[in-house]
Amino acid sequence: MTGKKQWIKPTIVPLRSGLLNKFGSQEAPWIDAIDEVPIPQLLEQYGSPLFVVSERRLRRNIQRLKRAFSARYPSVIFGWSYKTNYLGAVCNTFHQEGSWAEVVSEFEYQKARSLGVPGHNILFNGPFKRPGILRLAVSEGAHIHVDHLDELYELEQIAQQLKTPIEVTLRLNFDTGYTETWSRFGFNVESGQALDAAWRIASSEHLNLTGLHSHIGTFVLEPRAYANQVRTMCEFMHEVESLTNCHITYLDIGGGFASMNSLQGIYLPAEQMVPSEEQYAEAVCDVLLELTHDRETRGFKRPTLILETGRALVDDAEHLISTVVANKRLPDGRRAVVVDAGVNILFTAFWYNHKVMPTRILPGKPEDTTIYGPLCMNIDVVRNSVMLPPLSIGDNLVYSPVGAYNHTQWMQFIEYRPNVVMIDENRNVSVIREAENLEVVTAQERLPAHLSAAYPQGAPEDILSERSSDSNN
Amino acid sequence: MQDESGSVLPSSQSLHRLAISESGFIFDPTSGHHFTVNETGLDILRHLQTAHSPAELVALLQREYSASEKEIERDVLEFAAMLRKFIGD
Ligand SMILES: Cc1ncc(COP(=O)(O)O)c(C=O)c1O
Repeated sequence: MTGKKQWIKPTIVPLRSGLLNKFGSQEAPWIDAIDEVPIPQLLEQYGSPLFVVSERRLRRNIQRLKRAFSARYPSVIFGWSYKTNYLGAVCNTFHQEGSWAEVVSEFEYQKARSLGVPGHNILFNGPFKRPGILRLAVSEGAHIHVDHLDELYELEQIAQQLKTPIEVTLRLNFDTGYTETWSRFGFNVESGQALDAAWRIASSEHLNLTGLHSHIGTFVLEPRAYANQVRTMCEFMHEVESLTNCHITYLDIGGGFASMNSLQGIYLPAEQMVPSEEQYAEAVCDVLLELTHDRETRGFKRPTLILETGRALVDDAEHLISTVVANKRLPDGRRAVVVDAGVNILFTAFWYNHKVMPTRILPGKPEDTTIYGPLCMNIDVVRNSVMLPPLSIGDNLVYSPVGAYNHTQWMQFIEYRPNVVMIDENRNVSVIREAENLEVVTAQERLPAHLSAAYPQGAPEDILSERSSDSNN
Repeated sequence: MQDESGSVLPSSQSLHRLAISESGFIFDPTSGHHFTVNETGLDILRHLQTAHSPAELVALLQREYSASEKEIERDVLEFAAMLRKFIGD
């Protein structure tokens, strides 16, 4: 109408020699829809911030990983690692794809059962299984992965009480040469501790050793770590089988495959760092096939291979959409924006540099920007440094991948947790976890009678405001 | 917004010594530093040759841009602070 120009926030950016091109022309990539559902539509209906899960991507991920392993080894089972993301809709998507449940606590066990997973499809890990739940899990046929000697004695007692022998799996730890040894979990192989435990099981009339488990770490970028893991586990399997006369039916190699995310401190893009599912599968299955091929001649089947892959299956199936609420200049000149989603809901911002994308092409020169969340806490930094063009209040930023460990480690801190929606394969959107409100957050609280009112004698006068002193005069 | 005092905007001496290209490339011969400004920033620098107070500057910008006085003022305040930081008062 007036032919006036659109106002874009003015920026001035210092140039360091050698970086001229980088500053001059970098255009931020952008994303305006998730699984073809427009982001503005999602926000209008479900508010901001908003987590968006893609069912299509979840199914594709598990199908691809399964194919990579099943094409290389005859018997493979996936156990969905609940702690990675235990939203019911996510778990049941994996269960519908044939995954079992991998749980590590009373809560996770009960959740799997309540979703309809029978005990015999549950792998029960963890250093602390409450006595009641351990007993129940045993009686329901769950597969118990023993973490320490005390648990072994507890299981023996349960077996005596139930008057039925229990099949147990030993969790092992050992050096793969590539990963940090998680020696606090399970029994150590190198020191002979694991073999001692196997002997103890063999000497019990109530326990049978039928499985071996180990989990070598998380975000493991080196497939050879898995080759070494499988080698150690196979050697141990042969050793205990010949020494204690047991029969191992499965080897569970845990989780740990990296997702397409960028760990802080690693500067190469995830696409260059993260091995493909094919590379992991090859590393595992080549060794496994080689070291189990003579089992049939000894009258044993090849052990079933179990994987408890977590983050690599779920991380890239979820985005978090946030909204810019303020622009700031820090005293050192750097630009900062405040968004409505912080580390309270994006817990993994502590160790990942998530990909951040606007939802439209933003005009203007990218500038080094810090993204702060809404919390009144210094730690609430979503990205320390990311090149972004100027942003206006109300602009949206989308973080990915965010599917792993955020819904399990997030905290109700200062803010309510927002809606989580899932887009199904027909592009229908459903809320899979409703946003919290005052009622939800205070539901578990109880006020003792004498604390039921804030000011039983009437509220103190507002002596700070002009208004009240006027009215007093 | 402060007028007259000149403490919001950089001094005209500081501004005059800058070499400003049409593409928004700026060179400060005193410090030897280079900067780049976007189109809006470039317009502000251009107007600073004639505007002597923030209010004047905002009024000039309002004639060219379709944005509220408040929005322009807010962003000019922040931009002026950056200018003072990078090229001096
Ligand atoms: C025993 C066990 N299995 C599986 C996983 C899943 O690991 P990831 O998400 O790295 O695949 C974990 C994670 O810590 C674990 O402790």
